[in-house]
Amino acid sequence: MSRNITRQKGEMVTFMLNGAQVQADPNWSLLEAAKFYGLYIPTLCYDEGLTPYGVCRLCVMEVGSGDRTKLVASCMHPVIEGLEVRTHSNRVIKTRKMILELLIARCPGSKKLQDMASMLELKEVRFKPLNDDCILCGLCVRMCEEQMMAKAIGYAGRGTDRYITTPFDMTSEECRKCGACMYICPACELRCQGPEAKTTLCSGCLNTEAVCAAKYDDAMCFMVPCLSCVKRPEDVK
Amino acid sequence: MKLKSIEELEDLRSGIIAKKDPNKTCIAVCGGPGCLARQCLEVRDAFVNEISAKGLADRVDIRTTGCHGFCESGPIALIFPQGIFYQKLGVKDAAEIVEETIMNDRIVDRLLYIDTGTGRRVKKEEDVPFYKKQMRLILRNNSRIDPHNLEDYLAIGGYSALAKVLDGMKPSQVIDEVKKSGLRGRGGGGFPTGRKWESTRDAIGDIKYVICNADEGDPGAFMDRSILEGNPHSVLEGMIIGAYAIGSNEGYVYVRNEYPLALKNVTIAIKQAREAGLLGENILGSEFSFDVKVNRGGGAFVCGESTALMASLEGKPGEPRAKYIHTSEKGLWDRPSNLNNVETWANVPLIINKSPEWYSAIGTGSSKGTKVFSLVGKINNTGLVEVPMGISLREIIYDIGGGIPGGKAFKAVQTGGPSGGCIPESLIDMPVDYEQLTKVGSMMGSGGMIVMDEDTCMVDLARYFTNFLQEESCGKCAPCREGLLRMGEILTDITEGRGRMEDLSLIEDLSGVLKDASLCGLGTTAANPVISTMRYFRDEYVAHIRDHKCPAGVCRELIIYGIDEESCTGCGRCLKNCPSGAIEGEKKQPHVLDTAKCIKCGICYDVCKFDAVRKG
Repeated sequence: MSRNITRQKGEMVTFMLNGAQVQADPNWSLLEAAKFYGLYIPTLCYDEGLTPYGVCRLCVMEVGSGDRTKLVASCMHPVIEGLEVRTHSNRVIKTRKMILELLIARCPGSKKLQDMASMLELKEVRFKPLNDDCILCGLCVRMCEEQMMAKAIGYAGRGTDRYITTPFDMTSEECRKCGACMYICPACELRCQGPEAKTTLCSGCLNTEAVCAAKYDDAMCFMVPCLSCVKRPEDVK
Repeated sequence: MKLKSIEELEDLRSGIIAKKDPNKTCIAVCGGPGCLARQCLEVRDAFVNEISAKGLADRVDIRTTGCHGFCESGPIALIFPQGIFYQKLGVKDAAEIVEETIMNDRIVDRLLYIDTGTGRRVKKEEDVPFYKKQMRLILRNNSRIDPHNLEDYLAIGGYSALAKVLDGMKPSQVIDEVKKSGLRGRGGGGFPTGRKWESTRDAIGDIKYVICNADEGDPGAFMDRSILEGNPHSVLEGMIIGAYAIGSNEGYVYVRNEYPLALKNVTIAIKQAREAGLLGENILGSEFSFDVKVNRGGGAFVCGESTALMASLEGKPGEPRAKYIHTSEKGLWDRPSNLNNVETWANVPLIINKSPEWYSAIGTGSSKGTKVFSLVGKINNTGLVEVPMGISLREIIYDIGGGIPGGKAFKAVQTGGPSGGCIPESLIDMPVDYEQLTKVGSMMGSGGMIVMDEDTCMVDLARYFTNFLQEESCGKCAPCREGLLRMGEILTDITEGRGRMEDLSLIEDLSGVLKDASLCGLGTTAANPVISTMRYFRDEYVAHIRDHKCPAGVCRELIIYGIDEESCTGCGRCLKNCPSGAIEGEKKQPHVLDTAKCIKCGICYDVCKFDAVRKG
């Protein structure tokens, strides 16, 4: 494989990004390269300061050519000489929307997910909302371990029973209550409670000035108006 | 005794063979898991007692072997040298066999297998239809050796492939032989074994590992288990040869703790091989050193996936990781690692001994050799079968498997374990190989083969396997964890009469995403049972959703019981047995079933002797 070729220090890799020939640092992932070239790639489990984990699968890209193409998690996949990469093919967009639909059905209360739904033009959630508060992206676990050097939290359970907790579900002495886990959590920030907050997708309040801004006044002033607020009600089922 | 050279091994072997009298009577009692469950050890003890009571102890050997494959007929005993096949033995039969066959050379007719086709009794194993069409290269020796006895394995030519390899073959030559043979991984993926070895050999690193994957976790599958239990040395020999070719000095057998016998037998085999100088420093006096450790798995299905298995070996939670950098480059502890499954390893000595040309002559264009399947479900001859690649499903199910019990109609067969697809009757004549199975929406997998008859509801089946996979998913990546949860919800809705037609396209969308975006093989193949049943049995899905009917009469919520006035004789059996008092009626008058009280347990349907209870 081409990545086994020994290259000179500082030498770049050339590959095809959405039909354009581009160069990238050989140590970059596809996601880093795409971001470098200014493309918006939705991610929920990626953070520049943490080891990529590759679990939300929202950053998928289609690689390969002809009928030999596949989707890869771009945060984990290295840039490879000559690789053909498409960041927004139909297959990619369809996949991203379905994954987001699944995640938003689990955590409809997350502002970050609701904003992303607007960005990706997700207009319908066909699953029963679970009103959970965790999408198991693992950012907090890595934050705690890699940046805070605490390793106070980890995963427990398997499959749909998987959850994040302290060892043996007890208050951990390792935890310094630094709050970094909450800081990095994409699901912690609550969505704007628009006029029909019961729906799984933010229902859109037609105002660019969010209705909630008046309702909560100063209490919620940190909240940037939801992207979904520019949606028209008929856009949401 | 430690063997210090190839000559010493051959001397030992000829010594063993010379000591053995080929005409000495031997009773080989199957000690495989199927027979164990039917008290085969008691049968063996009965033989031992009987033989010593008759004073025949020095004239007759009694051997407890691994699985013979024909589990339906267990416990099984083979009488050598005649090769008489006795089946369905009980403790009481031992005395008669010793008296008649061993002492007076007469056959005990009632213990022979009856050929269901001809109605005749069959005397020898090879004439039993179940064995006739098989090609038992891997499994054959199971009935001929005691897995706890290294001498038995040496007597049938064991470790001669290793001797051949160490006697002047270069590692690259070994890899070439395996490549030429066309052997592909038997664990599921079907990756060419030789190429895998080569890339591990070529990978940069001083320390390399070879790993044997014995974490077989499919419901109804026991191929690897039986090989490891019945002939552990053949797996070890394959691993030693592989390690030599790859340049590895350290190996692991990852076996699940739920397989106590496999664990015990492979541990004994390793100890014996180490004592004989077949493992350890300077194997058979050569420069090559290699040792194997056994690691017990905790029984997670996902740990059969290579990267999850390696994570588990490292002591971490058994979760897979992205394989964009292959395990042959960065595997166990980030070192080049070669993982093959039990059956793949067991094939290696055969290829070295008999030549790659001989091996590649068996099978089809791209699938070579034989494959072991565990044939289970609605089939007459449940058991382990080993067939050449390219044999048709019909031959496996009807000629070897003896067809469907109770005269029912064949409906589908699921190959490849829980994430395989269901193949309908219209495709039953297709040849079994890697490509064909993938083409029809299933896969080779590790070799599970579940046969289903007309009484199986395909929607319910898809729901069952989806739930199994949902429970066994590690939960790391979003599509697999959330997708399987929702898939299970939708399928449960359909089987309970709450399905909507638009659910079908939602299932298709979900399946596509699972297949495309999941992290590991578990997720990417998890939709196979659903996709394949929707492809071949779409009418059943529609019947559930639109007509609220389960055509196979399995989905309880959709069944309505009733009593046919004309056939009911008023015998009162159903009335007496009904646990919810839903049936009323005078004696000798047609009874009436109150559907409001009915809990749909089906007892009335089962107990009625006049077929008067209707299911609809």
